[in-house]
Amino acid sequence: MIYEELATGSRTRRTLSGAARVLFALKIDGPLVIGLGLIAAYGLVVLYSASGQSSATVLREVGHLALGTAAMLLLAQVNPNFLRRSTPWLYLAGVFLLVLVAVFGHIGLGAQRWLDLKIFRFQPSELMKLAVPMMCAWYLHERALPPSLASLVVVGVIITVPVALVVVQPDLGTAALIAAGGALVVVLAGLHLRIIAALGVLGALGAWFGWSFMHDYQRRRVLTFLDPQTDPLGAGYHIIQSQIAIGSGGVFGKGWMNGSQAQLEFLPERSTDFVFAVIGEEFGLLGLLALLVLYCFVTARAVYLATQTQDTYARLLAGSLALTFFVYVFINAGMVTGLLPVVGVPLPLVSYGGSSVVTLLAGFGILMALYSRRKLIGS
Amino acid sequence: MPAVRIKDHWREQRLFDQRALICAVLMGLATLGLIGRLYLLQVVRHDYYSDLSQGNRVRTEPIPAARGLILDRGGEIMAGSQPGYQLELVPEEVPDIDDTMKRLVEVGLVRAEDVDELERTIESSRSFDSVPIRLRMSDEDVARFAVRRFEFPGLDIKTRQTRWYPNGNLAVHALGYVGAISETDLKHIDRAAYSGTSLIGKLGVESAYETQLHGTNGFREVLVNASGRSVERQGAFVPELKTKAPAAGEDLILSIDLKIQRVAEAALAGHRGAVVAIDPNNGDVLVLASLPGFDPTLFGRGITGAEYGVLQNDIDRPLFNRALRGTYPPGSTIKPALALAGLTYHVVDPEAHKYCSGSFHLPGSSRIFREYHNEKHGSVDLDDAIARSCDVYFYGLAEVLGVDRIATFLAPFGFGKVTGIDISGEKPGILPSREWKQKAFAKVADQVWFPGETINFGIGQGYLSVTPLQLAHYASILATRGKVWKPRLVAAVRDPLTGRLKPVPPVSEGELTGISDADWARVVHGMIGVTQRGTAAAIGAHAPYVFAGKTGTAQVFTVAQNERYNASKISERLRDHSWFIAFAPADQPRIAVAVLQENGGAGASAAAPIARKVLDAYLLDADGKVKPAS
Repeated sequence: MIYEELATGSRTRRTLSGAARVLFALKIDGPLVIGLGLIAAYGLVVLYSASGQSSATVLREVGHLALGTAAMLLLAQVNPNFLRRSTPWLYLAGVFLLVLVAVFGHIGLGAQRWLDLKIFRFQPSELMKLAVPMMCAWYLHERALPPSLASLVVVGVIITVPVALVVVQPDLGTAALIAAGGALVVVLAGLHLRIIAALGVLGALGAWFGWSFMHDYQRRRVLTFLDPQTDPLGAGYHIIQSQIAIGSGGVFGKGWMNGSQAQLEFLPERSTDFVFAVIGEEFGLLGLLALLVLYCFVTARAVYLATQTQDTYARLLAGSLALTFFVYVFINAGMVTGLLPVVGVPLPLVSYGGSSVVTLLAGFGILMALYSRRKLIGS
Repeated sequence: MPAVRIKDHWREQRLFDQRALICAVLMGLATLGLIGRLYLLQVVRHDYYSDLSQGNRVRTEPIPAARGLILDRGGEIMAGSQPGYQLELVPEEVPDIDDTMKRLVEVGLVRAEDVDELERTIESSRSFDSVPIRLRMSDEDVARFAVRRFEFPGLDIKTRQTRWYPNGNLAVHALGYVGAISETDLKHIDRAAYSGTSLIGKLGVESAYETQLHGTNGFREVLVNASGRSVERQGAFVPELKTKAPAAGEDLILSIDLKIQRVAEAALAGHRGAVVAIDPNNGDVLVLASLPGFDPTLFGRGITGAEYGVLQNDIDRPLFNRALRGTYPPGSTIKPALALAGLTYHVVDPEAHKYCSGSFHLPGSSRIFREYHNEKHGSVDLDDAIARSCDVYFYGLAEVLGVDRIATFLAPFGFGKVTGIDISGEKPGILPSREWKQKAFAKVADQVWFPGETINFGIGQGYLSVTPLQLAHYASILATRGKVWKPRLVAAVRDPLTGRLKPVPPVSEGELTGISDADWARVVHGMIGVTQRGTAAAIGAHAPYVFAGKTGTAQVFTVAQNERYNASKISERLRDHSWFIAFAPADQPRIAVAVLQENGGAGASAAAPIARKVLDAYLLDADGKVKPAS
């Protein structure tokens, strides 16, 4: 009997180590994948309710997730050296595509973001979410850190060109995420704190300058953000309704598929940008806390992986990808709860939509590739 | 040239770890900030947002009760309901009321002059109640709005019951009308009870019996989605929604007899005046006509400013209810009461003949009181004096009676006070007396009662003024030899569901005491004489029933202040008002009537023929024979 138990135990241990070996062979990080999987699963459950019980929507989202997982697995296999060498070309290709969009792009939802590739429509701005931090890391990795002023100027240009092209589309949310991806690389590279402060002042000036170039609807969003009650049926409607949804959910929520704000369509964009409010209404504070715990776990794990990589390019890129994920969460949750302006950033892996899911998972694929090859890249 | 810096991988790793840690800490703080925000929304302000979300999804829609019908005593419909389209506005769903109104004016759905009043009504309404802003839309209006509906959030076309008056002007001053609920109405109604109701009684029976006619509105709670569309369910969850059925308003059966009303209005048509006929045995108002009238439907569908202006500025004042609110000197119609007073106070010998020279000198005064048109009646007794309306006889009688006794004696006949008819707006008229004159005049010199005023009082001129309703009431008291019934328009109330009639009992106000049967008989005999050999003999000729009557002529001293000077009309308008009161059959009266024709001249020529037509219509069958009393 004892022997049998021992044998069973060892079989379990063997199975586990077998799974670990498979993951290792696939260059996949187990805890990170589990975290991402839980978030995606949670997202699908919420999406079924938020889409008005549309199985078709959920199935399409499963398709997006499958596509993203494939991209993640594929990119995890790429040799980081190859990735690093191809970075400038990827970046230049991305900028070229953004220019193409500006000239020929497909107009969807009032903004020009898409390239129609017949089979699917492709957003070059999504590519830049990866290409910009890669380019920044590529440029900085051979230079002495903390970066010199001259390097900073170059990195500034690297970030500004694509961000400007995305802003004019106009897509403030994506532009903010691209800028964040690049800026995080610089911060992680050890930018002097006094330069950060100086940039803060510059940013304020830039905001003032930017204001004069903003579209009316963008200005309205900023003004409505400052006081949503001024325009309850117009620009403030999104924020007011999402706060009602979250607030009326209370601690325990109204129950799955019972959120009146979401089900009766008071809540706009309930399955995309404002899905966070649906969770708040139907699953309450507890549901949101659970989600935040998952996000924090994924981010923390990704940051940990980044610290374990062994060359500068890998560290900077992995760190930026990890932190950008959190920036996503924070901007989305912040705008839905009324802390930040409504800029149109999806909730990672939960909001319905293909582009962001594929980009995010591709980013994690790159992160895993960088982490799993750590022993192969001597420094 | 800056010093070439060597890459220090160990240092860079440490720098990175340090920065990653800082970022992780910032991330943690950001998460805490988010959680704090969530705590504020979901715990601290949970109740507030719950209310908002509940208000979002459940809307209470009122179900207006059907307004009761108004029928005449024969069951003919006088006021009913008809479906119609109207434009309604829910204030809280309209982003900008001013702008919406401006655009509605541009589209031609609202008149510019109505905007202020509408906005006041909207302001004083509850923000979630539907406010009617345009009643009775034509098909064209409906189509015009339908194509622009998307431009007007918060506005919608509703089908509502509107009021329908099949007989147009007929009996409008008894019936009254309904109109849009105004700001003034809102002050004295229960708004919750009127949610969903767009029309309210404004005058006459429609107003006086508003409570019975209105009924009780019901409501239904509906689940609505963000676009305001009502939906069946919310996700997988079907909420419990309350419904309450409306209780229709009660039908009113009026005492009015539309057949007689039609005859009266046709007879008076083209003139200004009033006809009031009362069943002297119970106070039922059989006819209540005031001409000219107006079409009450105008108000129910939303009268235009121009239409109202025409009615308001019409020199004939169609909106003015002469029957209840017009006060005129009664003229000689007062003489039967004076005769009764003389007999009751034993100051006159009915058999004694007095000589009428055509004028009367008040002792101790140089003033001469003349006979109407300077007639000379010669030798007259009381019976003759009534029948031929001898002023000189009654000048003398008034002088003997004195103002105090006249005023005291006339009061029980209803002069100087409202009759108490069951619709509002009635004027009390004036029954002059010494006390009245003291109160009515400011200057001490004017407060003295002069003997000459008593003489005028004797023939119903001077300060004495009455409404046609009061005079009909007086005629019916004469008819019953002193029995007083409160006039009433509503004879019964009918339950709309069961059809069961609930009669409204007539209200007796007692009986005049102290007048002997013989005196009643003498005066009635005199009044019969009026229609047989007296002033109205031409009118009474060939009547298949015996009827008692009295002509009256009220002098017009001045043109009324609110009538504009108009040369072509002025001479006509300075003519005397023509009165006639009558009751029939004289021994067993079934109807008492008072007719006033403004500026009609002598009572016998204008008012009396109208009264005869009313009596005939009521008492005779198709073959011209007297119908048996029911």
